[in-house]
Amino acid sequence: MLNESLSKKRKTYELVMKGLMYVAVFSTAALALFLLIYVLVKGIPNISWELLTTSPSYISQKIGILPDILNTIYIVIATLVIVLPLGVGAAIYLTEYATNKKIVAIIEYAAETLSGIPSIIYGLVGMLLFSNNMGTCLMAGALTLVIMNLPTIMRTTQESLKTVPQSYREGAFGLGAGKWRVIRTVVLPGCVDGVITGCILSVGRILGESAALLFTAGFAHALNGFVQGLSSPGATLTVALYVYAKEQGEFGVAFAIASILMVLTVVINFAANLVQKHFAKRRSS
Amino acid sequence: MNNIVTVKDMNLWYGDHQALHDIKIEIPEKSITAFIGPSGCGKSTFLKSLNRMNDLIPDVKITGDICYEGKDIYQKDVDVNSLRKEIGMVFQKPNPFPMSIYDNVAYGPRTHGITNKAQLDEIVEQALRDAALWDEVKDRLKKNALSMSGGQQQRLCIARALAVQPKILLMDEPTSALDPISTSRIEELVMQLKEKYTIVMVTHNMQQAVRVSDYTAFFLLGELVEFGKTDDIFSVPKDKRTEDYITGRFG
Ligand SMILES: Nc1ncnc2c1ncn2[C@@H]1O[C@H](COP(=O)(O)OP(=O)(O)OP(=O)(O)O)[C@@H](O)[C@H]1O
Ligand SMILES: [Mg+2]
Repeated sequence: MLNESLSKKRKTYELVMKGLMYVAVFSTAALALFLLIYVLVKGIPNISWELLTTSPSYISQKIGILPDILNTIYIVIATLVIVLPLGVGAAIYLTEYATNKKIVAIIEYAAETLSGIPSIIYGLVGMLLFSNNMGTCLMAGALTLVIMNLPTIMRTTQESLKTVPQSYREGAFGLGAGKWRVIRTVVLPGCVDGVITGCILSVGRILGESAALLFTAGFAHALNGFVQGLSSPGATLTVALYVYAKEQGEFGVAFAIASILMVLTVVINFAANLVQKHFAKRRSS
Repeated sequence: MNNIVTVKDMNLWYGDHQALHDIKIEIPEKSITAFIGPSGCGKSTFLKSLNRMNDLIPDVKITGDICYEGKDIYQKDVDVNSLRKEIGMVFQKPNPFPMSIYDNVAYGPRTHGITNKAQLDEIVEQALRDAALWDEVKDRLKKNALSMSGGQQQRLCIARALAVQPKILLMDEPTSALDPISTSRIEELVMQLKEKYTIVMVTHNMQQAVRVSDYTAFFLLGELVEFGKTDDIFSVPKDKRTEDYITGRFG
């Protein structure tokens, strides 16, 4: 009797909790889906071939976002090219070479803190450090993004370096391999997933960044080649979205850009998941 | 018979903890020496100091002489990588690299500068034959080594160690993670290998020491209690503690 009523109570309790959880999950999913659909519905009709392949022109009064697309690509490339060797190198140094555990812990803590700082502060610092010296340009923006993304790349690489079994290192050292050979042949191949994940996360972050870039890279829409582009001011897609919506009231263009960014974000998240799953499977087999 | 390794007055500390006390031993060439003793008595520690694998652990301090072919291996001018080429190691848990069977065996020779494909092929085949693995894997050398059974993986690790043509092979409980059939294969293998190599092997299995080894060293609490011919150690031990241990009275 006692047991029965108790188990009944428990069952109701479980049911209620389960119900609440469904509500939470459902509303989260619904919100995300609503946002996605809302943006796509408002944006996609405004996307045209012309929009994607031309520059804005005051003469024809038409807006094109090709420069912004290119700027985004340039800044992603420039940032990754600089941040990858730095971040991966730092991670290797910290996990494989550094002997002072205290200093390593301090650096790891600092990196963690750095990734929580609001991006506008990076923008302010980047402006003083880079833009004031080299002018407002994509490169100044890229360097600012390097500082922002360095902790991410370093941490993801480090985490995956730590999952490389110590027994691999011992095996290689036991065969008379030197430190660098051990790192290159058995440690680094084991952390490719961390590096790729870090890259994907960084690209996502660069795509989404506006505050830091407004300060440092400016918001011009000139059509440039890679080198010329890096040394001139320019807006990335996200910055262009801000400029078109806020300064020019061009909401159609803004939503078109928003839907492009939205799709890219979904693709990037999907890719990050795919990479992680792929490597998790390989690791467990 | 020549002694290939001679150790005198050797002490080892992990930080403040002294793990080995006044070790003195002479290991004969082309023979099998077994290290026995209860858990934590310092067998692995001693084994690892013979090819300086302890260098990987921070805060290890060693005093005394460890000589390989008459040369103190802890002298400043000793190249650790060449030392480990001469004195190879097989670990308790099979630890093949996550690459193909071929690349695992070729790892050592490549490390030491051999790039010629034909020459590598030959070394790999010979090492796999020596490790009694060739017939089982000759058709799938490109397969990932992690797809092999535990016993095969351990023989692959032996092949990998043999491929650099060491003089000495250190083995830390090479069969403790294996089933009886794989164990007896590795025991047979070890007994064949002593024609070409000097083998030093840690084992927890008393029968294995008797079956396989020519010499036995008994460790207790960081001391080398007794060292001698395996037959003598197991039939007429000189030390009371050895006798207690091999008759199973403790440990
Ligand atoms: N990396 C290390 N740092 C500190 N102390 C260690 C380390 N490795 C071993 N020791 C200590 O040294 C002593 C000897 O350890 P060792 O691993 O050599 O024993 P063992 O005889 O091989 O034992 P087992 O039979 O269990 O493998 C133990 O007291 C152990 O706690
Ligand atoms: Mg041990």
